Amino acid sequence: MNISDQEIKQLEEVASQVRRDIVRMVHSATCGHPGGSLGCTDYLVALYFKIMNRKPGFDMDGIGEDLFFLSNGHVSPLFYSILSRSGYFPTSEMPGFRKLGSILQGHPTTHVPGVRMASGSLGQGLSVAIGAALSKKYNNDPSLVFSLHGDGELQEGQNWEAALFAPHHKVDNLIACIDYNGQQIDGPTEKIMSLGNLKAKFEAFNWEVIEEPKGNDMRSVIEVILKAKALTGKGRPVCIILTTQMGYGIDFMMGSHKWHGVAPNDEQLAVALAQLPETLGDY
Amino acid sequence: MKKYTFTEKKDTRSGFGAGLAELGKTNPNVVALCADLIGSLKMDAFIKDNPDRFIQCGIAEANMMSVAAGLTIGGKIPFTGTFANFSTGRVYDQIRQSIAYSEKNVKICASHAGITLGEDGATHQILEDIGLMKMLPGMTVINPCDYNQTKAATIAIADYQGPVYLRFGRPVMPVFTDADQKFEVGKAWMVNEGKDVTIVATGHLVWEAIKAGEQLEAMGIDAEIINIHTIKPLDSEAILKSVAKTRCIVSCEEHNRLGGLGDSIAQLLIQNDLVPMEYIAINDVFGESGTPAELMKKFGLDDLHIVEAAKKVIGRKG
Repeated sequence: MNISDQEIKQLEEVASQVRRDIVRMVHSATCGHPGGSLGCTDYLVALYFKIMNRKPGFDMDGIGEDLFFLSNGHVSPLFYSILSRSGYFPTSEMPGFRKLGSILQGHPTTHVPGVRMASGSLGQGLSVAIGAALSKKYNNDPSLVFSLHGDGELQEGQNWEAALFAPHHKVDNLIACIDYNGQQIDGPTEKIMSLGNLKAKFEAFNWEVIEEPKGNDMRSVIEVILKAKALTGKGRPVCIILTTQMGYGIDFMMGSHKWHGVAPNDEQLAVALAQLPETLGDY
Repeated sequence: MKKYTFTEKKDTRSGFGAGLAELGKTNPNVVALCADLIGSLKMDAFIKDNPDRFIQCGIAEANMMSVAAGLTIGGKIPFTGTFANFSTGRVYDQIRQSIAYSEKNVKICASHAGITLGEDGATHQILEDIGLMKMLPGMTVINPCDYNQTKAATIAIADYQGPVYLRFGRPVMPVFTDADQKFEVGKAWMVNEGKDVTIVATGHLVWEAIKAGEQLEAMGIDAEIINIHTIKPLDSEAILKSVAKTRCIVSCEEHNRLGGLGDSIAQLLIQNDLVPMEYIAINDVFGESGTPAELMKKFGLDDLHIVEAAKKVIGRKG
């Protein structure tokens, strides 16, 4: 697939707007998780606005279309912005994020159009995505299932049950992406609970593994997903280890775990928004 | 007292296996999952006929529950099978987030529930599962009483939209309900109409209640016996109608007295019609190794204890 510079630029503009949505939502709610959301924005923009084959509207069963499952549910402001900007619900819902009576709960729920599974309690999404991928096989549906996971989240043991299961059952219509930002609430992942050689671990579990060190570069992100797609259908599940920077796009948030779950104040919001061009119109 | 007889004893888990095998023939969306306990769950017949619709998950129950949740997306109806302990307590968070809160059509089928699991002892004898499951919004909780009822319930829940916890057991018990019964989720079954005391029972305790009813009859006490196979949603109407007549009630279950069927009934009575009530249940202790019959006696779940509880509760009537 040839991707023009113009198209990359358009996707980057979407990402800029999504990042604005993220910080504005978290600021308005005075709480939430901006760091990880900003870090994996480029991946979700690439998936929803370029890669995934999606049908108009929302049908829970999603037969005949690619599906996405978010395992690290705390990046909900990112997920909500992506879903809204790709047409699942009006942007006018975004001011309600984390507020009483809103569909946009702190963590994703199935009450939100576009969300097929609640997440927030970590470590369940890989198994869920595997189940959905098996369902596609039962239905002779050639579409793919994508999932996103935090790297710290891999400390939950269920991931490794799922990692064992998927190759055993030849779940080769699944692309699981690890958002490898090296940070978690209490500090650097390396210090809290080291993941060691993650590529070797997944390979030892018999997965196809691709590493992408430039997880905040739109062209690199698209190319790695296309590479992953080319590896599907060959009997093994596919894992992308995507190195990203927490807080990407806002200089004072970048690369630190401190913005994992903290909202910017008014002043910080103004500084952040000045770094992110408004491209699609604020909600 | 209506007479109940039986010609054979069978385990309720075999009723599940027979029901699942039937579903394998009739419902192409049913998919079975198991965590290394095919034989214990009696899933062999389904697997033999439908090898492609069986998913062996290995000893990894958390993954199994979430895979089941994912399978519903696309219209499959997953039936998970493992022991009750590993179907609930071990995987509570998976059920809570990915099945109950996400409103997924998963059928959690749990064998070896309660004290009658027997010799394996307290590590495996879960006595909290009804409480754990009934506290989840949207979860239906079913505990059938014999082989035939378990088979009928297994078949019925495939057509019942929403998450279901189906609880059954290991030991052989009398088969006394109709082989061709129609199972209606949430509808109590009147075992025997009476006027002096209401005895409501679930699971294996229904047969004990019938035996108790016969003994009470010999003492001149006319017991109304109701089978509550569906603990949630509870058939409130049937219970309130019965106590309106008898003015006292005994609840019987193979479960901790905290959080089970008895507590659901007590809550109903407190809000509607406060009549004396006694519990037949495990008295907030862990189980132990022994034969099912020995354990039922030791932990106060057999017919003799039900008779005593009935006499006591009648004595408490004003």
